Amino acid sequence: MKTGTRVGEPPPSNNSKNSKNAQKSDDSRNSTGSEAARGEGEPPPTPLPGLLLWPAVLLPPGLTPKRVRYDRRYRTLDKYRFILGFLAVPLAFYALFVVSPFLQAIYYSFTDWSGGPVANFIGFDNYRKMWDDARFWDSLQVSALLLVITPVVTLVLGIFFAYMITAGGRHRRGQAIAGVAGSSFYKVVYFFPQVLSVSIVAVVWGRVFNTNSGLINGGLDKAGIEGPAWLGGDETLALIALLTVISWSFVGFYVVLFSAAMGAIPKDIHEAALLDGAGRARTFFGVTLPLIWDTVRTGWIYMGIQALDTFAICLVMVPAHVLKVTPVFLYERFRDGQYGYATSIGVVLLVLSVAFSLIVMRVGNRDRIEY
Amino acid sequence: MTTTAAATPRPGTTEAPRRETGKESGGTLNVFSHAFLVLWVVLAAGPLIWVALTAFRPSAEILSDPAGWPAAFHWENFTNAWNKADIGRYTINSLIILAGSLTGTMLLGSMAAYVIARFTFPGNRVVFMLFAGGMMFPVILALVPLFAVMENFGLLETRPGLIIAYIAYSLPFTTFFLTSFFRTLPTGVQEAAMVDGASHTRTFFQIMLPMAKPGLVSIGIFNFLGQWNQYLLPLLLNNEETKNYVLPQGLASLAVSQGYRGDWGALFAGLTIAMLPVLVVYAVFQRQVQAGLTAGALK
Repeated sequence: MKTGTRVGEPPPSNNSKNSKNAQKSDDSRNSTGSEAARGEGEPPPTPLPGLLLWPAVLLPPGLTPKRVRYDRRYRTLDKYRFILGFLAVPLAFYALFVVSPFLQAIYYSFTDWSGGPVANFIGFDNYRKMWDDARFWDSLQVSALLLVITPVVTLVLGIFFAYMITAGGRHRRGQAIAGVAGSSFYKVVYFFPQVLSVSIVAVVWGRVFNTNSGLINGGLDKAGIEGPAWLGGDETLALIALLTVISWSFVGFYVVLFSAAMGAIPKDIHEAALLDGAGRARTFFGVTLPLIWDTVRTGWIYMGIQALDTFAICLVMVPAHVLKVTPVFLYERFRDGQYGYATSIGVVLLVLSVAFSLIVMRVGNRDRIEY
Repeated sequence: MTTTAAATPRPGTTEAPRRETGKESGGTLNVFSHAFLVLWVVLAAGPLIWVALTAFRPSAEILSDPAGWPAAFHWENFTNAWNKADIGRYTINSLIILAGSLTGTMLLGSMAAYVIARFTFPGNRVVFMLFAGGMMFPVILALVPLFAVMENFGLLETRPGLIIAYIAYSLPFTTFFLTSFFRTLPTGVQEAAMVDGASHTRTFFQIMLPMAKPGLVSIGIFNFLGQWNQYLLPLLLNNEETKNYVLPQGLASLAVSQGYRGDWGALFAGLTIAMLPVLVVYAVFQRQVQAGLTAGALK
């Protein structure tokens, strides 16, 4: 590579560590370094004064004289100019609108901020207030139930359907494991709810659960049964409705995920189980499930966090007086202008989701099986 | 080898009957599994089909017999939804926002990812971790301060503000995903371009971006769905003027207002209009969408 630069050609690459070191050493041997800037047939140039390089940084490469462009030091500057230029805007957006709000949220949770310029530091007062706030505990009870129940329901359904799709087929040509016919059709339909906006899902299901003109009660009516007011007042019914909708929208996601994981298991493992006389159930619990356990655990954590973050579905679908989840409670405090209090609720939610992830990692920790 | 092992029974006494029962249980399981799988097809698609069918019925009919089949197919609901219920306006708002945010996300995300993946510089690792870490935080925590930041910049209730917010919150995963994609591309092409005298910028736009097309398509579809369906950010930053609502917001508010007006037909038609394009995009790109969305969760 060094020989290439001697003739005045641009180095083939300056992004690897080696070339960077090479550049540095060339820079230190200044006089020889600028000799490299000689073009073909040109008289040997005098060393470029370092000061000349700086204005060149502001010029587009096309307008920069060749002599400067082939200088080692210019090349380093050019590289950093490019890196800075490409990173500046994405990093600025990200730092201003994502990172800084997160950090501010933690700070503001210890203040009495109400949206104005003044935010007095009040220590743990917001957290004490939360502790005594019955409305907070009511909402947390709903969120905690969702956190515990939704992942179990959704994952069990997801694994069940995924296994049916990958292993429920008739044996053909003596295959140890066979997918059902039309497996991709099932996956496509199951995945439908995932591509819809949460607000649309919430509005659709709000109509389905509607007491007088909903699909469920309309259907029950035909069978001569008077349906209950699903979202109209009873907390348990509303919770069941909420759980149904969240699971409904995520089952397809896990079917796709788990059937991909099951498909990655080598065929001969299932064959061995079959030859040893294991039935379907035994194969599933003894072979398939342990082999996809890592994916299951990750999915469990992800689903738990999704359940804890449930916001739009509850806000749009369930009337606020019936029941609300903690994020909706947070949003209401924000609309009240209790900014400091709202952020402290957010911090509690963050702590809860981290704690949940750690617990699942711990509980679900098994020996990893390599295959 | 794998298939023949089970296909040709070895000369043994127990082998044949065992294979026989295996076949049988496979058969029953086949019927049983299809029954369950079809049941979930009905459950998953049922509510959506019901909405699409009900969109063709007059409101009075919906109220008297909600679970019924449309007596005749009426298209008035759709024109009502598009014009009177402002679905047309919301769709156009959504399209304008998406045009800006998706372009911005893809451009800025791929720029940042390329630099992180292909250049060594002090802080490279820190920048990467910063983006990767951003995927793990719940947006709800940033809600309140984000509102204040946007207010300070004068970006609240503006289209540029919403576009910037969409871009900023899509950047972590986009950058993370594309960084690993750019790393897989061969270095030789980039070096050849540099030898031929192409500038860094030119190498990126004319050589590396076209090479990264498969990755850009996956993450592009992912962001298209995510931003088109976004509800939380517009609810926070674009909530004052009803005429500026994006589609998911408009439908949520329509569900409330149509209740007062009693015009349920228009709501169902609006929902259908909103669901159709997304489902079509999904049906066309199903493989990429499934891969993209599941990767999004677990990386």
